[in-house]
Amino acid sequence: MATVVTRNWFMCIRFIVGALVLAVIVAVVAPAGAQQRNPDNSVNPTASSVSEDKLFQELNRISGRCTIPDQKACTIEQPAGRDWRHFHEVTLRWIGAIAILGMLALLVFFYLFRGMVKIEAGRSGRVLRRFSTFERLVHWMTASCFVILAISGLNITFGRPLLLPLLGPDTFATWAQWAKYAHNYLSFPFTLGVVLICLMWIAGNLPTKVDVEWLKEGGGIVGHRHPHAYRFNAGQKAIYWIVVLGGGAVAASGYLLMFPFYGTNIADMQVAQVVHGVIALLFVAAMLGHIYIGTLGMEGAFEGMWDGTVDVNWAKQHHDLWLEQETSKGHVTAPPPEGKMQPAE
Amino acid sequence: MARMKFLCDADRCIECNACVTACKNEHEVPWGINRRRVVTINDGKPGERSVSMACMHCTDAPCQAVCPVNCFYTTADGVVLHSKDLCIGCGYCFYACPFGAPQYPKVGNFGSRGKMDKCTYCAGGPEADGSQEEYEKYGANRLAEGKLPLCAEMCSTKSLLAGDGEIIAQIYKERVVKRGYGSGAWGWKTAYRETIAS
Repeated sequence: MATVVTRNWFMCIRFIVGALVLAVIVAVVAPAGAQQRNPDNSVNPTASSVSEDKLFQELNRISGRCTIPDQKACTIEQPAGRDWRHFHEVTLRWIGAIAILGMLALLVFFYLFRGMVKIEAGRSGRVLRRFSTFERLVHWMTASCFVILAISGLNITFGRPLLLPLLGPDTFATWAQWAKYAHNYLSFPFTLGVVLICLMWIAGNLPTKVDVEWLKEGGGIVGHRHPHAYRFNAGQKAIYWIVVLGGGAVAASGYLLMFPFYGTNIADMQVAQVVHGVIALLFVAAMLGHIYIGTLGMEGAFEGMWDGTVDVNWAKQHHDLWLEQETSKGHVTAPPPEGKMQPAE
Repeated sequence: MARMKFLCDADRCIECNACVTACKNEHEVPWGINRRRVVTINDGKPGERSVSMACMHCTDAPCQAVCPVNCFYTTADGVVLHSKDLCIGCGYCFYACPFGAPQYPKVGNFGSRGKMDKCTYCAGGPEADGSQEEYEKYGANRLAEGKLPLCAEMCSTKSLLAGDGEIIAQIYKERVVKRGYGSGAWGWKTAYRETIAS
């Protein structure tokens, strides 16, 4: 009899506890459930759904899961292309126009003002070797690639407004297609050239105290005095570092664009294109200056890279310390009677 | 003239991927390219939604603006098409596109993108309507036959709508009013700078 009473008592407690637990669960869940309903008590299935605006606030793009093999397609929206578009259409064209036309205007003005810098003492008729065959080969390989890369690259940014109206859509597209192939394939010898330039001339291009003096004097082309310089003066060193660092940056960003999605997404490629475009245009402007000094701007400079030899008086005027070094090594000899076209050795 | 648009009602999309398959089949789209795809956001979590996305045929299309050879054109119906004869495969449209629509068949060893391919709104390309040449380059031209894009036409839940922008916006608005909810017209702000009040 006593056991029956005890069992009833236990059942009673179990019922009370169970009811309490149920009440707690209902109390906790009910408010959450209420949010899923509209004011008229109908179910609102979008209460917890993802919203486009909210996703854009979290990230600048919206991605999810997709079942096709191309997982890049799982990003459905990335409006950052709009900023990139403005850069490509407006900003880059202004940068390019100012840098290139500005440099050309500067060079024309400078040429009219200063003219060609002559060898003051006149040609001595004696020459010394300035660049080896290998150095010249590397220089001209890089230079010829650079010219084609620059023209084909400028075509991408400026071809549509400038060339397309002249050539018509079909001719322009054919030209642009070949220009793109040239741009892609010639990047390889160009990059090789930049690497070789970096290695073969780095010893002569580290900044020294002589460069500070040279810069203070305004160099050999701006100033009228002839500050001391070893094989490369500060201006040439600047060109060297522009080629090495600028060429390196252009090559790296270019290869990221040439191999899409190798460690990049579209946002990264937009950045790579910005870097590539800006540096390449500044590079072109700098090289216009380099070409000017190497040809029109200075007598006796071009032959150093073409024949490999320079006149002794030219060396005395522009690279006096280098001439001293070469003379002490016995590299400066009298020329054969035919003249400077023969190698000095 | 109508202004053709796409609208995906994410509250109706059941991620069946039939639009993807229909598109691939209708246009014989090359291997590895999907002109349309379905993406599920917050997959497996409460409030997940699927959106079918392709080229949205934007107003003032960014692809058209950045193309270095100007190979894009917008038709009188507001459809953004391109010429594969002019395309040089540079990849710029694909940097600019907010919807990841442009794709390139791999034709060479390294990075040599082929001619860009994207959704044509079933409207072909610059060649003569319905010609074999047009079909081989761009796929079927249903619009010239008076038909809407196949993806939307065959959508089983009528989640994906295609047609004149004002009409499909009206259909969507009526749905939202009737059922009392709607997660909005995905991509409309980005593509058309407008939104449908929900």
